[in-house]
Amino acid sequence: MTGIGHHVPEAMLRDYATGALPYPFELVVATHVSMCDTCRAALGAEEALGGAALDGAGPEDLTPGLRDAVLSRLDDTVIAPPRPARRGIYPGPLAELIGDRDPRWRSVGPGVRQSILHDDADGSARLLFIPPGEAVPEHGHNGLELTLVLQGSFHDESDSFGVGDLEVADADMVHLPIAGDGLPCICLAATDAPLRFKSLVPRLAQRFFRI
Amino acid sequence: MDDDTDNPTKWMLAVRDKRDRVAFGRLFDHYAPRLKAAVRRGGASAAEAEDIVQDVMLSVWQKAAQFDPARAPVSGWIYRIARNRQIDLHRRKSRPEPEPLDLEGEAPPDASQVLALEQETAELRRALQALGPDQRQIIETAYFGELTHAEIQAATGLPLGTIKSRLRLGIERLRHELKELRRP
Repeated sequence: MTGIGHHVPEAMLRDYATGALPYPFELVVATHVSMCDTCRAALGAEEALGGAALDGAGPEDLTPGLRDAVLSRLDDTVIAPPRPARRGIYPGPLAELIGDRDPRWRSVGPGVRQSILHDDADGSARLLFIPPGEAVPEHGHNGLELTLVLQGSFHDESDSFGVGDLEVADADMVHLPIAGDGLPCICLAATDAPLRFKSLVPRLAQRFFRI
Repeated sequence: MDDDTDNPTKWMLAVRDKRDRVAFGRLFDHYAPRLKAAVRRGGASAAEAEDIVQDVMLSVWQKAAQFDPARAPVSGWIYRIARNRQIDLHRRKSRPEPEPLDLEGEAPPDASQVLALEQETAELRRALQALGPDQRQIIETAYFGELTHAEIQAATGLPLGTIKSRLRLGIERLRHELKELRRP
């Protein structure tokens, strides 16, 4: 895929490779990498570092018999779980999570819908559906927020984001994303903390809709 | 490419293309003892570590078709399998992974590209060996361990800022070796 201009920051790719990211961010990184050869190559570089460290590790003696045990199992029939495949606009890691059905959308404002995919102490991941020209309610966040465009586009005060682009917004950033013209904007948004809205009504809505 | 047989890429390709058990045995002899040491650094007991080593080496055999020597060195590919296995066990569920690339029907990679990646990997290994023991230990902990930065501090008695900058320094020095890998 070409035209992706906003990528996963290097430190975040490293944290994905070493397993140090919370689940909602892992989901975003795995989804972006599925769409972006640049980040796939950069992730490969991080894993090559892990491989170099592996080459230099130990070695540590194995229990006698372990080798034979493994070799004797090479003919075992393996029922490998099918690797996630893309479905429509949803790359493999997302398609796997959503399943065979369509996302269960809930209205959270004028034309704006969301579908919560994950919500626990690790943070949250959800799909957002924003009609062309509509704004997502203004909010800041307690932690880091990642927003990955799956369809359409959005722009805020500083930048614009198309399919495959990843926006990384930190706690200090208050922004007002507006969906671009054309197809409705569908995004995967993940935080490591619940969102908080600035005005009272959305804040009330937050309690009901878990935005 | 030179003729020596002491080459994990060749073993891995023989496993992938010919289901060669002798080559798999060589991969096992090279990587299993290293995997055990690496996994134990993550806090696993010797018995747990050997269970993971078994799972990882069987995955190497079963997933061999996904190995692409132009995109990943054998050690990096095995590292990914091992790390995913550790994480899945820790969380008791599968972590999200990128879609695999569909390699079927793709032209086989250019031999020079494979060789270039092998050379990069060898240089990376040398760079890692050239680091001081402190830096190397910190990098190994970052790639294999489950320790947070605070726990690293407790383990080594070094202040957190020093740890972070050492970790960054060590990794940056290694990254320098990797520039050629990072073609867009």
